[in-house]
Amino acid sequence: MAEAIAFYTLSILILGLGVAVITTPRTVHSVVFLVLNFLCVAVLYVVLRAEFLAVIQILVYAGGIVVLYLFVVMLVNLKRQPEEHQDPRRLAKIGLGLSGAMLVELAAIVVYSYSREPSSVTAPSPAFPVQGNVEQLGWLLYTDYLIPFEVASVLLLVAMVGAIILARREL
Amino acid sequence: MLEITPAHYTILSAALFSIGVIGVLVRRNIIIVFMAIELMLNAVNINLVAYAQQLQNLIGQVFVVFVIAVAAAEAAVGLGILLAFYRNKETVNIDEMNVMRW
Repeated sequence: MAEAIAFYTLSILILGLGVAVITTPRTVHSVVFLVLNFLCVAVLYVVLRAEFLAVIQILVYAGGIVVLYLFVVMLVNLKRQPEEHQDPRRLAKIGLGLSGAMLVELAAIVVYSYSREPSSVTAPSPAFPVQGNVEQLGWLLYTDYLIPFEVASVLLLVAMVGAIILARREL
Repeated sequence: MLEITPAHYTILSAALFSIGVIGVLVRRNIIIVFMAIELMLNAVNINLVAYAQQLQNLIGQVFVVFVIAVAAAEAAVGLGILLAFYRNKETVNIDEMNVMRW
């Protein structure tokens, strides 16, 4: 019951804020709605008992990425709104229809696959020598997924160097 | 209705993903297009976490950590490219980004 209330409230908030992100004419308002959307998703992670990911979501998304967006919005000082210039070859209506069709298809797949039989498949993790979400996630990251973890760190280093070089004055 | 199954989370995630697709296909401001891409990545993360909870298996959450790392790298490089482009052309309209169009 409590999970249902939390889920429906958070769903309405997440979807409403998502629509607000892509419909607001001002870019700064859009960024603010994006922060609120990320915070609601973090609360949804807490409902799903993924506390470490909730903290990471707030730190990385709401704290890091969105601040990056805000800096870019400040730096990009627009003299004219980007929506004024229209490419006649652009077919926005067809794009809207296609994404609606994609939503219907995805929902149909989900409803069909869950209406056949209730799946009771569980594939529980092997027993951990530690307790708690953060400890178990750290255990997985530093044992089975050590190489992807290190590759991710190299990817972040490359992205940092690339972003610095791209944003330098004399390019 | 009151029982929350992974199907509920999947439908929420599909709806959020569709909102992101609409943003990418319809808007012309490239900053908002980037934000729509972040929304789509978030939709995928919701799905992964929901199934990690359903299957009692933490591997889904491990993948969410990697998705967040890739999203951070993508945002940094994408916004760097956007700044370099804005310095040259004074616009963020994706319809005017046709220098390399065939």
